[in-house]
Order: sequence, then structure tokens, then C-alpha cells
Amino acid sequence: MISDKDSLKIAGREFSSRLMVGTGKYENFEQMTRAIAASGAEIITVAVRRVNISDRNKESLLDHIDLKKYTLLPNTAGCYSADDAVRTCRLAREAGLSDFVKLEVLGNEKTLFPDNEELLKAAGILVKEGFTVLPYTTDDPIVCKKLEDLGCAAVMPLGAPIGSGLGIRNPYNIRIIMETVKVPVIVDAGVGTASDAAIAMELGCDGVLMNTAIAGAKDPVAMAEAMNLAVRAGRLAYLSGRIPRKLYATASSPLEGVIE
Amino acid sequence: MKIYVNGEEKIISSMSVYDYLQTIDCDPRPIAVELNRAILPKKDYRTTFLLEGDQMEIVWFVGGG
Repeated sequence: MISDKDSLKIAGREFSSRLMVGTGKYENFEQMTRAIAASGAEIITVAVRRVNISDRNKESLLDHIDLKKYTLLPNTAGCYSADDAVRTCRLAREAGLSDFVKLEVLGNEKTLFPDNEELLKAAGILVKEGFTVLPYTTDDPIVCKKLEDLGCAAVMPLGAPIGSGLGIRNPYNIRIIMETVKVPVIVDAGVGTASDAAIAMELGCDGVLMNTAIAGAKDPVAMAEAMNLAVRAGRLAYLSGRIPRKLYATASSPLEGVIE
Repeated sequence: MKIYVNGEEKIISSMSVYDYLQTIDCDPRPIAVELNRAILPKKDYRTTFLLEGDQMEIVWFVGGG
């Protein structure tokens, strides 16, 4: 089994699960809480949005999340400038009383790819203000290194566009990123099914973050469990050291003693 | 007087941020308030009075990825 000592460390805090999950797109809070529990995740992402001041009947998301059990990771989804992202993070800290933020600064509505120039600008400001910054970025080793140098607590390169379910499109870049930075590398976005999560972990990534792959599945609770197992299986396979790939066969049974 | 809350124009009488939240039945615990683009700490809700033209944002957490 995976050693208890194989925990994920982010900014001095330890987490036993390497899977992080979102809270969006669920049919209702009950389905969301069951899926989160099945995923085994300890870090969960949330979005910051205006309270509906005309209709106060809506329940608070926080009524459904045990903050003793889970670490909230507020995101800056929907922000297209460093200014908006920084503003959102400050509001998130005030609402959640935690310094953890998933920083995303988007560049385009169709692809939801990050605007790395604005991302770097926002990351610099937020680190100086004492935030623990986990930035969502392209799978670009140069940008990841710059984010690390600015003081980000991890880097979160995308596997594929948000919500696309295309899996890990460029495993070679992810490997180069892992060689380039010392902070944890967490694949964020693009996972479609359990094998995608396992592939990310087999590459040696420190964690995987996903939302749509679970919430959008026909049975989100069962998929959450599948992702839980896939992340653990992938991590264990990585630690176990896989065999090298070879073009030709190598017999598994002894060559001696075959009947003639 | 006129203030702007989450982008909507509101006509209110003079009152503190805390009292305003009461009038819209908004529990101050799970929210964050920004007043004229600066964070307003929760401890200041009772002592901060809304002024003509103030721009207030009231946010909380919703599901997201």
C-alpha cells in the first residue's frame, strides 16, 4: 500500500489525498457532498460570486461543507485580468478566512486558456499579500518556472482545455515541468475518465484537480470513487517504478525445461 | 439616498453595513463585502455607515472548479 508518509505537501501543509475536486455542476448539494466524500479529496475548489440580494432563499454552499474536514480552495474563474483576479482573491480570503487560492486568469472564452502575462502579474501581487497561490497555467515549463520563482506554492498546468475531457494532451511537457520546478505539479483540467487521472499520476505528478469529469458523469458519485482509485493506483504505479518499454517480447516463463 | 449593491441601484435610508445586510436578510457569516473596491472586514460592519453613491459588492462561495 502507499505509505502514510507519501503525503502531498503544499506550503507546509500535508494532505493524504492527491485528488482535488471542484464543487460545480452538480444537480444538488446532496449529490455534491456524496461525490466529494467518495473522491476522498481533502482540498475542494469553490467559486466566488455575487450573493443574489433579491432572492435570499438560496442555501449557502458552506452549509454543506465540513470545514474541519476539507480545505477550501477558492478560484478566480471568470476573471480575465490580473486586477479582477486579485480582487476576487481578496474577497475569497475575507469570506473563507484562508490564504489558499486557485489563481486562474483566462485569456479567451472559447478555449478558457490562461492569459499567462496577466497570471504572472496577479501571482506576484498575491504572493506579496501573503496568499498561498496555486496557479492554473498552460503546460509551459518556462511559465511554470516563472510562477515558482514568484513564490507560488504549486503549479497547476492544464492537461487539456477546462471541461474538454481530452485527457493529458502533452505528457512530455508535463514531464519537463516536473524536472523544471521543485514545487508540487498538479494537473488541473482536461481529465475525462479514470485512466486520464492515472496517467497524470504515473507521470509522477503530485496531484490532479478535476470537476467536470466527476460532476458531468452519468453517475458522479461512482465516478468520484473511480477517480479516487485511479489517482491512488497511478501514484502507486509511479512509486513502484514501471518496466521500460521494448519493441520485442521478453518471455515471462523459463526458457529451460520445455518438453521436447 | 442612492447606493449600488452588486451592480444594482438601491434607495436606502442611512444605516450601517450590518443593518443593511439585516434588511436584505443576508447572514454576514458566509459572505465577504467590498465597499468602493476595498475589502470591508467583518468587524467593521456595525461601525461602517453607507454613504450616498457607495458601491458595494456582496459575495459568497458557490460551486466551481
